[in-house]
Amino acid sequence: MRAGDVLRFAAGSATGSPLRTVLMVLAMSIGVAAVVMLTALGDGARRYVINEFSSLGSNLVIVLPGRSQTGGFNPANAITGTPRDLTVGDARAIQRAPSVLRTAPITVGTSEASYGGKLKDVTVVGTTAEYLEIRHLKVAQGRFLPAGDTGMSSSVVVLGAKIREELFGAEPALGRMLRVGDRRYRVIGVMGQSGQGLGMNADETVVLPVTAAQAMFNTNTLFRILVEAKSREAIPAALAETLEIVKARHDNEEDVTVITQDAVLATFDRILGVLTYGVAGIAGISLAVAGILVMNVMLVSVTQRTGEIGLLKALGAPGHTIRNAFLTEAALLSATGAMLGYLIGQGGAFALRLLFPTLPAYPPAWAVIAALATALGTGLLFGVMPARRAARLDAVQALSKR
Amino acid sequence: MPQVELTGIERVFTLGDSEVHALRSLDLAIEAGEYVAVMGPSGSGKSTLLNLLGLLDRPNTGTYRLEGRDVTTLSAEEQAQVRRERIGFVFQSFHLVPRLTAAENVALPMMLAGIPVAERNARVGQALKDYGLASRADHRPDQLSGGQRQRVAIARATIMRPAMILADEPTGNLDRATGEDVMALLEGLNAGGVTLIVVTHDPVLGGRARRQVMMEDGGKVKDTGSA
Repeated sequence: MRAGDVLRFAAGSATGSPLRTVLMVLAMSIGVAAVVMLTALGDGARRYVINEFSSLGSNLVIVLPGRSQTGGFNPANAITGTPRDLTVGDARAIQRAPSVLRTAPITVGTSEASYGGKLKDVTVVGTTAEYLEIRHLKVAQGRFLPAGDTGMSSSVVVLGAKIREELFGAEPALGRMLRVGDRRYRVIGVMGQSGQGLGMNADETVVLPVTAAQAMFNTNTLFRILVEAKSREAIPAALAETLEIVKARHDNEEDVTVITQDAVLATFDRILGVLTYGVAGIAGISLAVAGILVMNVMLVSVTQRTGEIGLLKALGAPGHTIRNAFLTEAALLSATGAMLGYLIGQGGAFALRLLFPTLPAYPPAWAVIAALATALGTGLLFGVMPARRAARLDAVQALSKR
Repeated sequence: MPQVELTGIERVFTLGDSEVHALRSLDLAIEAGEYVAVMGPSGSGKSTLLNLLGLLDRPNTGTYRLEGRDVTTLSAEEQAQVRRERIGFVFQSFHLVPRLTAAENVALPMMLAGIPVAERNARVGQALKDYGLASRADHRPDQLSGGQRQRVAIARATIMRPAMILADEPTGNLDRATGEDVMALLEGLNAGGVTLIVVTHDPVLGGRARRQVMMEDGGKVKDTGSA
């Protein structure tokens, strides 16, 4: 029997009982669609988090005050006290390390900003000119903080895009005096729109020179020091140098935690990657169920078509021809189901992206390939037994059945 | 050399604890072009004989020579090939594939034999015309009358130009007039040189054949044309 004929014959017998075929294709497609959509969701979440961290900057080493006993990133570091202040001086010292390209000290607090009778709670970020470069931020109007000695407190402020819009509206903001806390600052720039970064929305902050911010909050310590290594390869060296410098400056005591952005990224990547595998596995169960359904349907089909199988044998079809015809039918049903499921899954992922534009819900290639392969594999695997049963049917008994 | 030569055929079925001898020490020789009716009451072994002749069943002992070749020792694959090329079956219940059209049903043996589509179509068209079914080519079996169905089945049985046609109660599901037509068709094929073996319990139908083989209890009790 020619391959084309086998295919046509199998397609004919599949369409010969439409309801059975439709139900089976549906079951298979739901399985595949589940895998495609759930992995799109899982992988989308992973990419979302990675993007969040990447928008922080690149080749970053972050210095946090306080020693984390266990090492690595620990949220407790953000709230516990520290024996020795992390200072602007530390940041300047780190700047001189050979593997370090630039540093930016950060101090953070909340205050009230007011202009023309309008009052708003804002997050105040005190930093230096390097902050712009390290965070890959863009200035929409005017300029960023002036470079130079941070020791000289100057009364200038750079507004986040949303703050400018809410306080100034259609009015030009550049050159105006804005009151933040007790003092007035001249607006010298407005930031461009940017995304989230470590829970801080740059659109809702005002940026002051670090000394001005420290004076406002009456503190000497910094929230963080951002250190940018000269290259990706220089990150470990920058980390070691940073730690050494700070230790030397802090009476030889290691009272800061230094983490790399890569380490944090890798951790999240790993956690969310495992999560994606997990949901793929759960969705994969539905594929196995669909495979068993293929077997059930094919067994029923063999029983229903006993007379036909007997006839084919009488007409001179050898066992392997009959087996191939049934296997081809199972493969066709699985392949159709898999293709349909793939389309449904991609449609679902597209709908997810429309509903949640920030979530890059694209199914990863490995999941799509695995889902399609599993669908075809289970379809064929579970098709083997019915096909063999059909091939082994006794022709005489098969023919005597009506 | 006879076309069909059975010697010392035994066929035993095991039903539970008891053994049923469907055929016992049967010898039979049929020449090419003969018209033989195998008759007998139900349970006489005539259907078992037909299945053996059609290579759908194997004897427990004895040899079956078809055209001088011992076919009992052939593999299942080789037997399938012999069925495909030398033997045509006509059944009481027609055994048409319900989802296929008349033309597709007739083409089925050629499809199994791997004959190219163009040649298939030409031969099917000719066969349907010969059997007066040209206008029914695209009808499915449930849109055909009983007589038309059996003619489609006969067209299918002869499309591979077999040497031998095995008919099991070919008129059993047809009324008298239609049955008469179908028998005339089969006898016409026999007149053209094809060996025709008809199994029936109907003495009138069996009487039409030139040779009658009477079966009883798994053995041959009478053979009018014993060669």
